[in-house]
Amino acid sequence: MTSELFIQYLMAGITYGSIYAIVAIGFNIIYNTTGIINFAQGEFVMLGGMLSITFLQYLPLPLAILLAVVVTMGIGAAIEMLFIRWLVNPGILRMIIITIGISILIREAALHVWGANVRSLPYFFGNEISTIAIFGARVSPQVLWVVGTCSLMVVALNIFFQATSIGREMRACAANRIAAVLCGIDTRNMVTLSFVLSAGIGALAGAVMSPITYTQYDNGTGLAIKGFTVAILGGLGNSLGAVAGGLLLGIIEAFSVSVVPLAFQDAIAIAILLVILFVRPHGLFGSSAMAGLKEF
Amino acid sequence: MKRILGKTLCAFAATCLLSAPSVWAENIKVGALLAVTGPSSFLGGPEARTLEMMVEQANAKGGINGKKIELVLKDTAGNPEKAISLAKQLLEEENVLAVLGPSSSGETMAVKKIFEDAKTPLISCAAAEVIVNPLASWVFKTPQNDSFAAIKIFKEMNKLGIAKIAVLVDNSGFGKAGKEQLQKIAPDYKIEIVESEVYDAKATDLSAVVAKIKANEAVQGLINWSIVPAQSIVVKNIRQAGWQVPIFQSHGFGNIKYVEAAGAAAEGVIFPAGRLLMADLLPEGHPQKTLLVQYVKDYEGKYQETASTFGGHAYDAFMIFEKAVAVGGNDKEKIREAIEGLKNLPGTGGMYNFSATDHNGLTLDAFEMMTVKNGKFVPYTGK
Repeated sequence: MTSELFIQYLMAGITYGSIYAIVAIGFNIIYNTTGIINFAQGEFVMLGGMLSITFLQYLPLPLAILLAVVVTMGIGAAIEMLFIRWLVNPGILRMIIITIGISILIREAALHVWGANVRSLPYFFGNEISTIAIFGARVSPQVLWVVGTCSLMVVALNIFFQATSIGREMRACAANRIAAVLCGIDTRNMVTLSFVLSAGIGALAGAVMSPITYTQYDNGTGLAIKGFTVAILGGLGNSLGAVAGGLLLGIIEAFSVSVVPLAFQDAIAIAILLVILFVRPHGLFGSSAMAGLKEF
Repeated sequence: MKRILGKTLCAFAATCLLSAPSVWAENIKVGALLAVTGPSSFLGGPEARTLEMMVEQANAKGGINGKKIELVLKDTAGNPEKAISLAKQLLEEENVLAVLGPSSSGETMAVKKIFEDAKTPLISCAAAEVIVNPLASWVFKTPQNDSFAAIKIFKEMNKLGIAKIAVLVDNSGFGKAGKEQLQKIAPDYKIEIVESEVYDAKATDLSAVVAKIKANEAVQGLINWSIVPAQSIVVKNIRQAGWQVPIFQSHGFGNIKYVEAAGAAAEGVIFPAGRLLMADLLPEGHPQKTLLVQYVKDYEGKYQETASTFGGHAYDAFMIFEKAVAVGGNDKEKIREAIEGLKNLPGTGGMYNFSATDHNGLTLDAFEMMTVKNGKFVPYTGK
């Protein structure tokens, strides 16, 4: 393998990895406050892309994306208030099934609103054929946008969860809900906030990656599966773990192409997930002691 | 008292059931199995809308032989299992005269035997050659054969002096069937396939596999055979890698949305397609011209979306059904014979010449080579 080809694979892997990581972070936020996996996370990503494409007809690009993120946040809040909030002491399984139901609902609604055609945002810089040379390999400038957005999000979220009081309250909810209530934290609002936050992050991701991956009413599902794999791989609830897991999976996938046919790429991803679930059920970067305290 | 009431109700219900068929018999009932929703909805959607429009138009003109046409449209969601149960429903409960569709090759193959057993004509809107070869006496199809597209591409490659190629296909039924045809026909045109890969229909980025193929310096040309949106990602990733290889696409590229999705990267892509995409550019007097222009105008006027060749397949299926029923009435066997007797019939897909041994009725001539220029489909004129 020439060094040029090596870097080309590496860049492809980083592209995949950042996309997966960005979706995985959305899973983590809701998991961190509620202890559940929100399987409608992929649909937030799809909505972000679709809404920004729609708003772009009336607004300049940055505003269109901003509005799409805000609207998706609203949808996230509405979902939590309509379907989750009023449940008295819901079981984990029940909540998960509700989120699967919601994902189907959003998908079908999107099919009716936007139809089945693929759409995409224009490239933020340049167009479909513009490239940047990095050590002899060529990548689209949009890849840098995705990587940049992903890194910014991780840093911002870490600060939010570690340094702000709302962030700490959200973490407290996940650690022990009853104890959090006893400390005077309004856990219900924290759960709503987590849905809003992860909807917003999903939507932003959906908008930034749209020029690369395209947006279609049902492309949330595939992204959610990869994102979920990565979230588990990195250790559920761990944003930095998600990034590391995402990059690891993306790079393995990209390099796997050089040895096995492309058709096996997904098989490799799923095989990795299975191995991890057997060997390290708490993920590469999660701790088994902490995982033992959680229900899921 | 209760028993009397019960009996009266029974009798009433029986009368209703008995009298109902006499009302229905006035209508010509045609079934349609289309993937209106689900992953193949880009096929089934335009097909369903085309059928609804055509039935409306035909009924406005007084139907067929003075009888009203009744369309029973079932959505298979692109799922072969669902197609099977819906096919049985159409045959056993709805008693349809013939069925138009399914949209995809996989679904058509799943229901093929059912229609053979039920002795009911099926006019498929799916492309794979296996649908009509080996021949099944009750199964027809309107889209052009895959092998025609493959031959057209290889002939063009011969002209350009391309001998070693890479083949990329999607993992749908269309991609799989295309790969088989390409591998079978390539040696006839002295073309060697040096790289071959299959990508997922839901792929989000394919730059890794593009890097791999690009690294093989023997590759002079590339065929990207697919019917899913991911085919645009391939084209984009190739150009982003700074690779100026000639890209050939299949007839599955004949949807302007795919060109829009690939943007500037789609420029210069060469592919075979039916004449629907160049209706306006056809010379006056071409046998397909009037019908193509009319269909595109009607469809785009009614639904505010660009007409695609896929909708055209349903147009042809309905037109063939209409012509055959006009001859065969409501006798399924006579309709079947009437379809086999259709000659020189212009459709959106080409000039149909059916026979007892040819249930597609099209020739190589049904395709024109096209390319993309300034984001639009234009006829390919060679280098």
